[in-house]
Amino acid sequence: MGEKVLMKGNEAVAEAAIRAGCRLYFAYPITPQSELIEYMSRMMPKVNGIFIQAESEVSAINMIYGAAGCGKRAMTSSSSPGISLKQEGISYIAGANLPAVIVNVQRGGPGLGDIQPSQGDYFQATKGGGHGDYRSIVLAPNSVQEFADMAAMAFELADKYRNSVIILSDGLLGQMMEPVEFAEAKTEKEVEELGKQHYDWCMHPNVDGENRHHHEINSLEIDPNVLEKHVLKLEEKYKKIEANEVKYEEYNVNEDNEVLCVAFGTASRIVRSAIDQLKEEGRNVGLIRPITVWPYPYKAIEEALHDKVKKVCVFELNLGQMVEDVRLAVNGKVPVEFMGKVGGLVFTPDEVKAKIEEV
Amino acid sequence: MQVIAQRPKSLMEVPFTYCPGCLHGVAHRLIAEAMDELDMRNHTMGVAPVGCSVFAYKFFDCDMAQAAHGRAPAVATGMKRARPDMHVFTYQGDGDLAAIGTAEIIHAANRGEKMTVFFVNNAIYGMTGGQMAPTTLSNMKTSTSPYGRDVEDIGHPIKMCELLSTLESPYLIERVSLLSPQDILKAKKVVNKAMKINKENKGFTFVEFISTCPTNWGVESEKAREWAKENMLPIFKIGNFRDKSREGGQS
Repeated sequence: MGEKVLMKGNEAVAEAAIRAGCRLYFAYPITPQSELIEYMSRMMPKVNGIFIQAESEVSAINMIYGAAGCGKRAMTSSSSPGISLKQEGISYIAGANLPAVIVNVQRGGPGLGDIQPSQGDYFQATKGGGHGDYRSIVLAPNSVQEFADMAAMAFELADKYRNSVIILSDGLLGQMMEPVEFAEAKTEKEVEELGKQHYDWCMHPNVDGENRHHHEINSLEIDPNVLEKHVLKLEEKYKKIEANEVKYEEYNVNEDNEVLCVAFGTASRIVRSAIDQLKEEGRNVGLIRPITVWPYPYKAIEEALHDKVKKVCVFELNLGQMVEDVRLAVNGKVPVEFMGKVGGLVFTPDEVKAKIEEV
Repeated sequence: MQVIAQRPKSLMEVPFTYCPGCLHGVAHRLIAEAMDELDMRNHTMGVAPVGCSVFAYKFFDCDMAQAAHGRAPAVATGMKRARPDMHVFTYQGDGDLAAIGTAEIIHAANRGEKMTVFFVNNAIYGMTGGQMAPTTLSNMKTSTSPYGRDVEDIGHPIKMCELLSTLESPYLIERVSLLSPQDILKAKKVVNKAMKINKENKGFTFVEFISTCPTNWGVESEKAREWAKENMLPIFKIGNFRDKSREGGQS
């Protein structure tokens, strides 16, 4: 780790991705993620990496499909409307079992919406998003530091499971400046070795006496019996991810909590402030912050429902998406209440406090 | 005994899935022969499209990726940029390349991606059952132009070689015919030329094959080539549209 620097989330995640060994980046400009693509256009040439401003989001994600098919760490980024365009490619990446990292700096929707922060793409990110049965691993940062740290985490998970990983941030985290400390950059040699870990399946020169059969990157299985096996194998992988990769953070969770809150990303920061204020007033409120929103920390929420918890409050910058997962975890044991904010607006700690205090 | 003809090493020993009278098999063979003759197989990656040739990844014996409909040039861009030490080609039909993949082909060509695009034009959608293609001829009947293609309503057939020739970056653009043995021999030279440029990393090369679809044209397979000669060649003119190596061109 080096010294702290003040950076925007969009730039910090780009820098961290390069340090994590990303040498191929393909994307299309869109607000509020433009600093990310601009940073990559400046920095990739300096590390002999590839930067292409693609003709569309559709092309960018398909470039990722090609680069990932060669076993290389590749990343794309966009904001909500552009992420919708990438869904076709993400589905193919899932079908072909490819590692890929996709950053979504969410903005208000639907349609063109606006360019302010939102969490409206939760369903799209966590429930599949494109056609067919599949899942992306979804990481939800709530600070610039965590946004940056998630770049390396995303590549590790993508490589480990040969799966798409979405970093689900928002316009606030992308645009906000905070101090951030970066991990040591991988050396050129380490980056080269990273690509070789996939030589048992990826496309690469057929030399050095390997005498192998050709490798196919493919999501087509025309025989239903073969496709069934393929999809069930994907399901096995998703179950393994659900068993091993759930991450969450507890804030003031204890046996005397009267109210338990659940919030992710930007919303969780505001809830945290409200909990601090309530604490000064002698109230005891806890917060579960999912760090992976898929796989989802159902068990953590269930276990945090201590005897004195009278209700669960869910706060999101949308009309109520994650709240459905919270209800699954709570399973009717206590009432689950929801407060949302849309249009690219953000609730204040006082609004959150009032919701928690509601009888 | 002297072997004078055999299956190219770059083709898998599996039967093709194509209809009688279809020329995909000929086009596949020409590409595989070029890979053999130029000793490229172990350093080449191909991209299969969506269309009748969707199974091309099973037919070519080099590393292969299967792309979403129309996206082959974008996928190939990612592959070539990830592995500049390898050679990349795409194999695409007219619906794939000239309709849903129009953006991808134009921008890959305009970036001058160092790859070869093989474009098979038979003026119709094959795999989905004979619908109108962007290259379907004027007044030609298909399952989605049952009264004949009305160019006043839906536009004229798109000529991809001509369209791409407006761009400065492509290194080679050529349209060839597979409609007679003589044409196939000429086509072979063009395929080899394109793959040699590819091997030397000189630039973007584009080869369009004029091909047949007797099944969906409703023409007997032995008459399909004659039908194409009479109806397609007057619209899609055979010839070279760009050759930077002839211009004495350093890339």
